[in-house]
Amino acid sequence: MADDNGGRDVAAAPESRGAAHPVNAVARVDSGSTVSAGTAVVPRDALQNPGLPPHRPRVTDVDPKKERTAERWVYSLFYLSLAGSLFTIVAYFAFPIEENSPASTRANNLALGIGISLALMALGIAVVHWSKTLMSNHEMIDQRHVTSGSPETRARAVQIFDEANKESGLGRRAVLRNSLIGALVVFPLPAIVLFRDLYPGTAPEPVSQLSHTMWEEGMRLARDPSGTPIRAADVTLGSVFHVIPEGLEEAEHKLEEKAKAAVLLMRLRPSDLNELPERQGWSYDGIVAYSKICTHVGCPVALYEQVTHHLLCPCHQSEFDVTNHCEVIFGPAARPLPQLPISVDAEGYLIAQSDFTEPVGPSFWERASVDND
Amino acid sequence: MTAAASSYLDDRTSISAVVKEFGRKIFPDHWSFMLGEVALYSFVVILLTGSWLTFFFDPSMTEVDYEGSFVPLKGVEMSAAMASSLDISFDIRGGLLMRQMHHWAALLFIASIGLHMLRIYFTGAFRKPRELNWVIGFVLFILAMAEGFTGYSLPDDLLSGNGLRIIDGMVKGIPVIGTWISFLLFGGEFPGTVIIPRLYTLHILLLPAVIVALIALHLVFVVVHKHTQFAGPGKTNQNVVGVPILPTFAAKAGGFFFIVFGVIALMATFFTINPIWNYGPYDPSPVSAGTQPDWYIGFADGALRLIPPGLEFDFLERTYSFNILIPMAALGLFIVLAMIYPFIEYWITGDKREHHLLDRPRNAPVRTAIGAAGVTFYGVLWAAASSDLMATHFHVAVEHVIHTLQALVFLAPVIAFIVTKRICLALQKKDREIALHGFESGRIVKLPGGEFIEVHEQLDEYERWKLVSYTDYAPLMIRPNSRGKITVAQRARAGVSRWFFEDRIAPVASKDLEVSHDNTH
Ligand code: HEM
Ligand code: FES
Repeated sequence: MADDNGGRDVAAAPESRGAAHPVNAVARVDSGSTVSAGTAVVPRDALQNPGLPPHRPRVTDVDPKKERTAERWVYSLFYLSLAGSLFTIVAYFAFPIEENSPASTRANNLALGIGISLALMALGIAVVHWSKTLMSNHEMIDQRHVTSGSPETRARAVQIFDEANKESGLGRRAVLRNSLIGALVVFPLPAIVLFRDLYPGTAPEPVSQLSHTMWEEGMRLARDPSGTPIRAADVTLGSVFHVIPEGLEEAEHKLEEKAKAAVLLMRLRPSDLNELPERQGWSYDGIVAYSKICTHVGCPVALYEQVTHHLLCPCHQSEFDVTNHCEVIFGPAARPLPQLPISVDAEGYLIAQSDFTEPVGPSFWERASVDND
Repeated sequence: MTAAASSYLDDRTSISAVVKEFGRKIFPDHWSFMLGEVALYSFVVILLTGSWLTFFFDPSMTEVDYEGSFVPLKGVEMSAAMASSLDISFDIRGGLLMRQMHHWAALLFIASIGLHMLRIYFTGAFRKPRELNWVIGFVLFILAMAEGFTGYSLPDDLLSGNGLRIIDGMVKGIPVIGTWISFLLFGGEFPGTVIIPRLYTLHILLLPAVIVALIALHLVFVVVHKHTQFAGPGKTNQNVVGVPILPTFAAKAGGFFFIVFGVIALMATFFTINPIWNYGPYDPSPVSAGTQPDWYIGFADGALRLIPPGLEFDFLERTYSFNILIPMAALGLFIVLAMIYPFIEYWITGDKREHHLLDRPRNAPVRTAIGAAGVTFYGVLWAAASSDLMATHFHVAVEHVIHTLQALVFLAPVIAFIVTKRICLALQKKDREIALHGFESGRIVKLPGGEFIEVHEQLDEYERWKLVSYTDYAPLMIRPNSRGKITVAQRARAGVSRWFFEDRIAPVASKDLEVSHDNTH
């Protein structure tokens, strides 16, 4: 047996183990059966369990006056609980909620809460006090038995399975058995298929939806949440705007569109921006627009540090450097925030040149295959 | 009267057999055994308050204009779910109390399961025959967190919507199936209009049904195995010492149920929880700094935060988001290891006996140290979920906080392991000293020879028994099997066994005691 700690050799040693030795009450388990004690060490001369210490009576057992006091406490608490319940019912009507009055809501909450708490606590404490002071507290002893059934029971169980097997022919008739297993394995599969339309089959492919936002050429940048368009002249140096596409209010799937199209707009000194050659035309006079949806798991990147030009995501503290196309400088996000190419229209309003050129927000499996251009 | 009634019942149910079998079953008493009870009772409170809430809550994402009593949000567009949660809070008598009781009870439920689990672990109550019940309990812990998260999402406020957004982002990071799972879950793009009703079905039907079934099974096992007890005079592995179910245990437990209920009511009366009216309805754009998920989700949130930048790669037109996969895998591994720990220890000790006597944590130093390491790991992740708060509170850059925690997540568990193991061994040594030589009484006497000694007070045999009655294991010795071979598994097991048991303090045996007494007299 790979299991035991060297039966013979160790048996001779002063500290030995195994159910074969007379052992103390701690180690002797499953008396009668011979299960392995593994690497447990069972000293032959362990101390003996002294048995239960003598019972010590409580004050309420010996002093009738104390007993009566305890009794008085218990019934007083029961009556207190009763009073608490009745108070709650009265309070329900006595402390109504009045329209547009937060104070009345608070009073209602307080009165009902105090009543219910009183009813429950007094009841609970009374019963526990009763049991601790007045009910018998003599320790009693149950014997344990091994968890497994007796050898006879087990043998009978095995026998029953045997008989069932013979009578049904499950073991013998291999074809029946295997085809049964086949049917049973396949029968739950339709249940899985039935969940397919959690996302309706008639709806567009997920990847195409994740690849586009409602931004398009000429669409004005508007303030979130008022929806008023933003003039380039309104964007002063160092300021930051929370932006939505103009017309978002009227969109069919407003929240879904907003969850992709939200943008942050900042104006920096043009000399502070290190723009890539291919993105030279994406900003307007130091004004840049970046997706507000974190590329980690999608929180809004809501905090802008003017001094450092860093954007900070409050969820897991990813930091993005606006001067370098929002590259990640700290935190778990892996990709820069996508940039929205912008310019101004004839009236001086900021507009998008196009949609984002890559999917916004958290990564997804097929993301690398998306080609927006 | 009662006789007639019980006879009526028994004639139709044979209930007397149940009373005879269970009425006088013995339950041992110890404060730590009440943690599981707290979990059970808070779940009952959750069921009661939750059922009440279902009568007023509208699990729908239809946009409505809020017209209730909370003035600052009047006229604001929000989902019917949010509006009805506000109505429960402001316009329905007792509604705020019920909502807050439900939420406080949920927090207490999860906290008490966690503490209950730690009690089981550190006392070795998971050993044979209770390994399966450990697994059931662990599954309950996970389901409880799932219940909490789905419930937290239902009001559709800014914070809970943000939590869902994070879940969506994580799901999308799963290779191959992530995008589709996200779309199936939300019925399209985030946030969609179906997630709240779907979570509602999970929250009030599916998850509670599974939890109720597992709790029932859990308790059946407790009855089958009988409760464990701490070692002590008169207590053996073959008996249970305590009070009978009827009347004492039932009274204590029943009374305690009302106390737990009452404490939850008190908390709901005086402490606001989840003030959704301050957050407002869900909107994908705003979020405030310093917002936190409910505490039991913190460890997962913290794990996400500790990932360094840049762990995402494109390969063959597919995106691999290791910044999401690594924390998910780490947490998965942590959970699986904790769940199967009883089987690991069983394999190492090879001890196939039943164990009904609990260990004092010090008497299983390595197990206790592993537990301390696990708790520390969880604690560091949990702290990481508050990295921003720590940064502002201690006026340090959040980068420093994260870097410190990144180091600690590896180092702190190791340190906790070493320190805990040392402490356990030291305590065991002290126990042994006291069992052998008694404790210092503080009384100084002058011997006839003129020298002073301090009198050592000997323990009585009951006190001593508590210190000396524990199971001691020795490292496994490698021996060839029946075919004269030493297997790799044997070697591995011997290695772990040595790591577990090489430092050990043997319990006092009678001959040690004789020797010691001969010396002192
Ligand atoms: C382990 C079990 C459960 C946990 C941990 C749990 C937790 C939660 C939490 C944290 C909330 C958010 C409450 C808030 O602050 O608004 C909630 C809401 C809710 N829960 Fe549960 N819950 C559990 C079981 C149940 C059950 C069994 C029911 C009903 C039979 C239920 C019904 C509800 C309802 C209707 C709401 C929405 C109420 C509102 O937002 O105003 N819950 N739950
Ligand atoms: S969502 Fe922005 S850092 Fe995680």
